[in-house]
Amino acid sequence: MTAIDLGIPGLTGVPTTDEKQTAKDYKSDQEVRWCPGCGDYVVLNAVQSFLPSLGLKRENIVFVSGIGCSSRFPYYMNTYGMHSIHGRAPAIATGLAVSRPDLSVWVVTGDGDALSIGGNHLIHTLRRNVNLKILLFNNRIYGLTKGQYSPTSEEGKVTKSTPAGSLDHPFNPVSLALGAEASFVGRAIDSDRAGLTSVLRQAAEHRGSALVEIYQNCPIFNDGAFDVLKDADEAQRRIINVVDGEPIRFGREGEYCVVREGFGLAVAKSADVDASEIVVHDASDLNLSFALSRLSTQDLTHTVTGVFRRADRATYDDSARAQVSEAKAAKPADLAKLLHGKDTWTVVG
Amino acid sequence: MSTETRKLDRVVIRFAGDSGDGMQLTGDRFTSEAAAFGNDLATQPNFPAEIRAPQGTLPGVSSFQLHFADYDILTPGDRPDVLVAMNPAALKANVVDLPDGGILIVNTDEFTKRNLTKVGYDANPLEDESLERFQVHKVAMATLTIGALENTGLGKKDAERAKNMFALGLLSWMYHRPTEGTERFLREKFAKKPDIAEANVLAFRAGWNYGETTEAFAVTYEVAPAKLNVGTYRQITGNTATAYGIVAAAQRSKLPVVLGTYPITPASDILHELSKHKNFDITTVQAEDEIAGIGIALGASYGGALGVTSTSGPGIALKSETIGLAVMTELPLLVIDVQRGGPSTGLPTKTEQADLLQAMFGRNGESPVPVVAPRSPSDCFDAVLDACRIALKYRTPVLFLSDGAVANGSEPWLIPDVDALPDLTVEFATDPETFQPYARDPETLARPWAVPGTPGLQHRIGGLEKQDVTGNISYDPENHDKMVRLRQAKIDGIDVPDVEVEDPDGNARVLVVGWGSSYGPIGAAARRVRKLGLPVAHAHLRHLNPFPKNLGEVLSRYDKVIVPEMNLGQLALLLRAKYLVDAVSYTKVQGLPFKAEELQDVLADVIKGVSA
Repeated sequence: MTAIDLGIPGLTGVPTTDEKQTAKDYKSDQEVRWCPGCGDYVVLNAVQSFLPSLGLKRENIVFVSGIGCSSRFPYYMNTYGMHSIHGRAPAIATGLAVSRPDLSVWVVTGDGDALSIGGNHLIHTLRRNVNLKILLFNNRIYGLTKGQYSPTSEEGKVTKSTPAGSLDHPFNPVSLALGAEASFVGRAIDSDRAGLTSVLRQAAEHRGSALVEIYQNCPIFNDGAFDVLKDADEAQRRIINVVDGEPIRFGREGEYCVVREGFGLAVAKSADVDASEIVVHDASDLNLSFALSRLSTQDLTHTVTGVFRRADRATYDDSARAQVSEAKAAKPADLAKLLHGKDTWTVVG
Repeated sequence: MSTETRKLDRVVIRFAGDSGDGMQLTGDRFTSEAAAFGNDLATQPNFPAEIRAPQGTLPGVSSFQLHFADYDILTPGDRPDVLVAMNPAALKANVVDLPDGGILIVNTDEFTKRNLTKVGYDANPLEDESLERFQVHKVAMATLTIGALENTGLGKKDAERAKNMFALGLLSWMYHRPTEGTERFLREKFAKKPDIAEANVLAFRAGWNYGETTEAFAVTYEVAPAKLNVGTYRQITGNTATAYGIVAAAQRSKLPVVLGTYPITPASDILHELSKHKNFDITTVQAEDEIAGIGIALGASYGGALGVTSTSGPGIALKSETIGLAVMTELPLLVIDVQRGGPSTGLPTKTEQADLLQAMFGRNGESPVPVVAPRSPSDCFDAVLDACRIALKYRTPVLFLSDGAVANGSEPWLIPDVDALPDLTVEFATDPETFQPYARDPETLARPWAVPGTPGLQHRIGGLEKQDVTGNISYDPENHDKMVRLRQAKIDGIDVPDVEVEDPDGNARVLVVGWGSSYGPIGAAARRVRKLGLPVAHAHLRHLNPFPKNLGEVLSRYDKVIVPEMNLGQLALLLRAKYLVDAVSYTKVQGLPFKAEELQDVLADVIKGVSA
């Protein structure tokens, strides 16, 4: 039995098991060596707890990472894994996904790995829509090299390499991914286990590249970067969790909402607008997804979480395999015939 | 007046024109005619890096040289016996290579004042004495072609374009070549434009008839078929042979192939060729850059395919870090470097052998990789198969060092019996009881190839140093020392065939050692000096890392070792370092292959020096 029988497009072709799995089955025998209090622990636990629910054979799951703190992730997963080189995980995972439809391939990367040194591979992987699940741990800092600013650090950030303040304008990773034609883009916060699990599940189900940005705290070099989103009172004013097909309201009592403004979106008080003016999330609408991504400001005044975009589009790996299958069906693999070609001559003794 | 026919044992013809004149096609067709006739042959195209440099200028000159003979030849020839110059630029760029008495056929229509000025001719060389040492044939090819196509309804401009076929027809007549193949080829090539097809055939025939009916050419030539080994032959370029070798490796290993690559001159034709053969379970991915190309290949290898990436020197620079990862993760990977002139962008369409040290050492840390180099266009097939054998058997990236001369050159290829090709079957790890990611085969020192999807073998690999046997991350000093030495020992222990020495008389005191595409010119030069009574031995290396086990002993047998290279002495450096041999370098970096005649002089001098 494979995941196609479960009706999960993202996992079509991956063998499943009836054996009961628990989070423990996904823990490797390696000692986890992140700093105490690192957000990576929370994400690791969430992933290990979530994977058993997919019912896949563990040996058919592969985690590929680049370089950085988060990229140690594969060592701690009792699956197959490769800790590769800086920024290149999407390329390596592409090669694996293209050749192996029976694998569920995950990429673990960080803001420096994915958006700086590996920016090119990230955008092209999303554009091609390779069936990979990309978990981008965004802590807005370089951790492993001990505290330089990253491509998601705020302008003016004072770090070891920028004592007078960073001059770089940051990326909004969700906007970037949408601009790169991503077919699935989501965001979650490390501390929100339920929200993270929900986005992970939808990413796994999606056939094609799924980029999941995870806000993740670095307690050593950028501690508290997302604290305003973790304070219960602040969070309910700032976090806009979107669900496909539902009106976008947030706040403790749904007292805030999202409405259209010009070509974009704005936050309003639900009491001030007619219910019909509240935007209903449509994850297949790219313009809406992009406008939502722009509601998330670097200063976290508002942060949209959930699944921004989810659209069906042919995946590169499926299409590449289809071309090979069609070629095989059309023409037998006759090596002697190939080597002879059209023009030969024979020398006789 | 009747035409005299002379018999020749070999001829070198060079077609030269503007890059829009179709010289490559013309040369290619003449080559096919020679092949069909049974001559041995070798070809060398030479074209500008610009796709369409300004018309009629020196940078826009494109040429195609072919050498055909009634015996087995080794090179495309040093100098043309016949130069076909389609315009003043082609004449100016190529006439220096034409020896005295050589035949020069010129398309006079292009020798206008404007075109002459463009390339710096103050006077028309066709009208003064500057060409008098050649046998000059002035032919108004464009005018004659337009005239021949008068009734086809084609406009002048379109008609004039067929003048390259006029030239081909004329040369085909001069050398008694069969014509059916070319006519058939033209009809197939322009099947969708029958009027153009017919125009080209008419132009081709017009060229032939021009030779036949005018009295301008008093002599025609015959080159008898060569006595080649029995078997079925075809003509093949190095890049095509490389692609076919990869297809063969896929078949013989029963593995799918994933080529991850980025277009680059002069390697792109390998991608073009392989992309046509998906029916052999070959997937080609044109990646976003060189790094992604090799990353995709390595990811596929990790999944149990034969990963391949193809590039030229600048691409190798970008791929270096991933080659290092393949060294560390000990996965099979074929890395093809079709060398071109460097450094940096260098001379993209010209040949050079200057990436040897980059292939050997161009990575951080102790990062040994096997290096394999083909010596001729057809040898690419066998050499790349052997590179795949090494990659699969020893679980290592292998660098395949082709070059522009080999890649674009062509020669007849004795098509091998596919059932006689080596068996490259691999065994994947499957047993969870005994599996250790970095346990080693006692004979090859290769680690197991354990692909995702295998139950019970879940493990993690990566670029960090591995603990011996377990493959766990290890920063232990002793372990690192051991692993560095193990990786080196694995490569050092690769089974490569002994190098063979060609010394027909067995009395040589001088050994010439070469590698890669210099095989032809070195071999031809060695034959020539032997004919002069000067004995010389020739050893040509396919395996640059590890060297063949008998190489040290071979080198020690001779009084003098000379190493010609199209670089500043990279192999010589390695030989001197490893064998403490006082190897003499002869080097040239002009973007062009060695000439047999220059190497003949070099060898003769060394041999005479030793005898003296």
